[in-house]
Amino acid sequence: MIKTLTKSIREYKKHAILTPIFMCGEVSMETMIPFIMALLIDSLQSQNTKDLLMYGGILICIAFLSLFFGCMSARQAADASCGFAKNLRHDMFHKVMNFSFSDVDTFSTSSLVTRMTTDVTNLQNAFGMMIRMAVRVPLMFLFSIIMGCRINWKLTMIFIVIVPFLAFSILMISRKVRGIFKRIFKKYDALNNSVQENVSAIRVVKGFVREDYEIEKFKARSEEVRNDFTVAEKWLAAFNPLMTFFMDVAMILLMYFGAKIIISTGNNPVPELTTGQLSSLTGYGIQILSALMMLGMVFVMITMAGEAGNRVCEVLEYEPTLDVNPDGVTEVLNGDVKFDHVSFKYSEGAKKNALEDINLDVKSGETIGIIGGTGSSKSTLIQLISRLYDVTEGAVYVGGKDVREYNLKALRDQVAVVLQKNILFAGTINENMRWGKKDATQEEIIAACKAACADEFISGFPDKYETFIEQGGTNVSGGQKQRLCIARALLKNPKVLILDDSTSAVDTRTDALIRKSFKEMIPGTTKFIIAQRVSSVEDADKIIVLDGGRIVEAGTSEELIAKKGIYAEIYETQTKGKEA
Amino acid sequence: MAENENRNRNQRPMGRGMAMGPRPKLKKGIVKRLLGYIFKYYTPHIIVVAICLLVSSLSSIAMSVIMQRLIDEVINPGLSSGWSSVVGTLTAIITTIICIYGVGILCTFIYPRLMAIVTQGTQKHLRDDMFSKMQSLPIKYFDTHAHGDIMSTYTNDTDATRQLIGQSIPSLITSSVSIVSLTIVMLSYSVWLFLLVIVSILLTVMITGNLGMKAGKFMMGQQKTLAKEEGFVEEMMTGLKVVKVFTHEDEAKNKFEELNNELFRVSSEANKNGNILGPITNNVGNIFYVVVATIGGMLFALNVKNVCLTGVQPLTLGIVVTFLGMFRQMSQMVGQITQQITMVAMGFAGCARVFELIDEEPEKDEGYVELVNVVRNADGSLSETKEHSNLWAWKHPHSDGTTTYTELKGCIELEMVDFGYVPEKLVLEDVSLRAEAGQKFAFVGATGAGKTTITNLINRFYDIPDGKIRFDGINVSKIKKPDLRRSLGLVLQEVNLFTGTVMDNIRYGRLDATDEECIEAAKLANAHDFITRLPEGYATMLTGNGASLSQGQRQLLSIARAAVANTPAMILDEATSSIDTRTEALVQDGMDKLMKGRTVFVIAHRLSTVRNSDSIIVLEKGHIIERGTHDELIAMKKTYYQLYTGAFELD
Repeated sequence: MIKTLTKSIREYKKHAILTPIFMCGEVSMETMIPFIMALLIDSLQSQNTKDLLMYGGILICIAFLSLFFGCMSARQAADASCGFAKNLRHDMFHKVMNFSFSDVDTFSTSSLVTRMTTDVTNLQNAFGMMIRMAVRVPLMFLFSIIMGCRINWKLTMIFIVIVPFLAFSILMISRKVRGIFKRIFKKYDALNNSVQENVSAIRVVKGFVREDYEIEKFKARSEEVRNDFTVAEKWLAAFNPLMTFFMDVAMILLMYFGAKIIISTGNNPVPELTTGQLSSLTGYGIQILSALMMLGMVFVMITMAGEAGNRVCEVLEYEPTLDVNPDGVTEVLNGDVKFDHVSFKYSEGAKKNALEDINLDVKSGETIGIIGGTGSSKSTLIQLISRLYDVTEGAVYVGGKDVREYNLKALRDQVAVVLQKNILFAGTINENMRWGKKDATQEEIIAACKAACADEFISGFPDKYETFIEQGGTNVSGGQKQRLCIARALLKNPKVLILDDSTSAVDTRTDALIRKSFKEMIPGTTKFIIAQRVSSVEDADKIIVLDGGRIVEAGTSEELIAKKGIYAEIYETQTKGKEA
Repeated sequence: MAENENRNRNQRPMGRGMAMGPRPKLKKGIVKRLLGYIFKYYTPHIIVVAICLLVSSLSSIAMSVIMQRLIDEVINPGLSSGWSSVVGTLTAIITTIICIYGVGILCTFIYPRLMAIVTQGTQKHLRDDMFSKMQSLPIKYFDTHAHGDIMSTYTNDTDATRQLIGQSIPSLITSSVSIVSLTIVMLSYSVWLFLLVIVSILLTVMITGNLGMKAGKFMMGQQKTLAKEEGFVEEMMTGLKVVKVFTHEDEAKNKFEELNNELFRVSSEANKNGNILGPITNNVGNIFYVVVATIGGMLFALNVKNVCLTGVQPLTLGIVVTFLGMFRQMSQMVGQITQQITMVAMGFAGCARVFELIDEEPEKDEGYVELVNVVRNADGSLSETKEHSNLWAWKHPHSDGTTTYTELKGCIELEMVDFGYVPEKLVLEDVSLRAEAGQKFAFVGATGAGKTTITNLINRFYDIPDGKIRFDGINVSKIKKPDLRRSLGLVLQEVNLFTGTVMDNIRYGRLDATDEECIEAAKLANAHDFITRLPEGYATMLTGNGASLSQGQRQLLSIARAAVANTPAMILDEATSSIDTRTEALVQDGMDKLMKGRTVFVIAHRLSTVRNSDSIIVLEKGHIIERGTHDELIAMKKTYYQLYTGAFELD
């Protein structure tokens, strides 16, 4: 995990290294301060004004140096940690952009968003903390002990003896808290999830009068979170008194022995200990113990970031299952599509194939209608054509070549798919259209929209093609959204066009018009049309009926009606009312 | 150093991204309200905490005082008169210290533990209150507020409140108590030195305060940029498959790069400003330390008369040294306060949003007619029973003291209904219809014709001002909303499933339904087949709104859920639109069985599903333009006919 994450430091390595270096400067200055302060106090005591001013001057210089180093390391740390976060987000985003469809299915949308935002922020904070504290804590500890020993090693022993006790208890608490926090995050997620569910399903909750039931459920969850959090915080709360306790013990011992030493050796020409030194020893004591405290905190923080780190690494280390084949063939000759004994399953572990031994031969310019029940794998079938998924067995050919031989981008540019769950993005209609073709002129866009029968309603909008589409296309109706999505795909001018149930919300007349313009405008393009409505596929060159992942019927509408199979049955139910 | 630590911990957001959207200004009374909230449940805790805070900060101050006594009463006299003469005093001092420390530690031990209870408890109460309130809010609230904003109240705002209660407030109290007591102690020692300290502190505040404000401003900016980036990531992740289909990856990456760089710029600026606050406070303190030491030393050397609260006494060396210690403590405390200011502001802003949600106006329910189980007496009249009879009736208490029981049949009547979501724009105008018990009504029409609105009004998701809708002859606004809704089954176009097993989700329709009843309902909705083919059948866990199921399967489950509710009336809002024709035929078959004896309102997408309705209502722009049976309407050859033959777009 660490290795994967550190890869993202890159150009901020310099900052990440400079931070602890400056920190060294800051710490060494800081540890000198109590030492100088001791001298200052002693010169006060001996009423030596010259010394007083000299040490005062030195102290101010040191303070400025410490300030300088401190600010430098603070700035470097900010760059390092923010840069690290930036690179992490960048790496993840790029990784995700290279995901195949099945990879996208593996991670849920919301979990990807959380990983790229909250988790990265947590890692950023932990990283910033680490590069500053990793040096600060041990150095502070070491310097303080050395300086303490220089003043009086006997008294410094008091701290050294106490250290293991304090370290041990801090470690124990940190370990304890770590476990609890892991649990908390899960429960906290569940709690938020239940709020989310209730917000979006409020009509169901109210419709079934389940308000009280949901409130009870929520309260039980929030109680769990409360319990765990309280326990964790109580443990963390033990840090402070523990520290205070050890510090107090140390202080009492220091005062007692310190006073004793000063007094009993006070008459020596070179005293073993002075008052000033005693007070600076106190300062070092505090530094030693607080270094340990900090260690405990860092430990907890890293624990908390650990979970985030794991989740981020899951994305970063994920091997996209689809290879983009950058050196592949970049030209798609024509719109011929061939399925050769194709079988497919979504995951290796799946018991059943989603598609079983599919054979299909389509020539450029033909229109293929696909009909079948829920779960009959219609969408799966067409998604293999543009390699949204890769076949498990057999092969799919486009333009005479196995799809896996193509450069993926080239293939997808030539095979346009209008997905069942299609999405418009926040932006104007023009901007959305240019997804299909970046440099499309206004004329081209209008032509495509006309072909998709979208121009008629767009012209009705006050802002026409500059109308702003809300995120997810919430400000246009279902039928309008579908027509916009078709227009967007048409702009690609593809060799193969696939409509996955893309006209379900469009009325039959418009549906027919769209199909008519396909015939006129893109006669050379191979068209696959998945539909629930028989009327949408009726006039196709070939209709295939899928059932349980197999092609059970194939032929023209007339042939299939004559067969009196599934198609005929559907045809019957959908059309019989019309004559009535 | 310790302050550094604190700030870093505070910066760490617990939930998603922190602040989103504009935050309300700090409202008056919010402090009082929050305190009231805490005191409501935790008065004893807070009193103990307050005492502990006071004692512990006093005990830490005692330390500096002790140092002075040690020097002036033990070391200096000891140097001249020897160890044995002062050992008694030393022991006395040490004993005092032990006592003070003991109490101090006890307090630092007790108060955070109590605070943990108070913070987490208050947070839970806030959450529970928010959630309970949220459940009571009218549908309108959810239709007019972005769901992300509501969520962020639960995560970011509650979290900000937690930090406010758990960290900022105690830290502010400790710091203030320390400052006040330090001031008193200082004054009791020397006014001159105190003035010196105050000047130094003021200067420190001026320097750090400015920086703190600046850091705070940058922090807010960072949150804004973060929210922007999060929005983009969210959109791209949702549309990831579309991005791939259009090979739009590079553009997405470029746009992301822009936002990402911007975020880096803003956040590194914010962090720089925040990070340097620590070293600056520390070292400004150090510098003034020297100033205080030098001037103090001079005053001592010049033998200046010391003025203090208790009179005029000579300035001792111990006093100067003690002052140095106290000065350090004071500057640390001031530093802590400056660093908390941003957190406090953010905390109260979050808190204000939490209260805003809690203060929302709940759904009004002035109904008094209840739905009760009844038994039929020999004379045909009805009387109430506690038992689960299969007979239901509306219990209608009248103003004259009598109570009538009307059998629940499911007869729904609308009379000249006008309605608009906003007063200026009517969505329904003059809509009248009467559905007898057991009749099937279908609504057809284009988007915005008002189909969904009618159903919203029947189950009172939205209220109309005057009682023009009657259920079994009773004005619906007289019926208690829960009872009204309990009598109306609901299948919505957009399926919402809950985290839980398939069985749990079906049982949502009626909580006391047995497994057998749920399975029966699933069979009725033709969901049984696919459920048994799931890896764990009815015990299969569903998460993320049933993400593992197909659209059609989810729809079937929602039908089963409504079926198990077994209500006399039912609203099907475009429920069958994503089920393929074959499945739909099966569903239709199940629904027909289910609809027997029920009043049903259907808003269907495809007209094949409405054909066998008792009455089809064609809506256009809020008006009923045609009504009748399928055959009648076809014969009329008007709008319905055109819709049916596919000439018009349905939605």
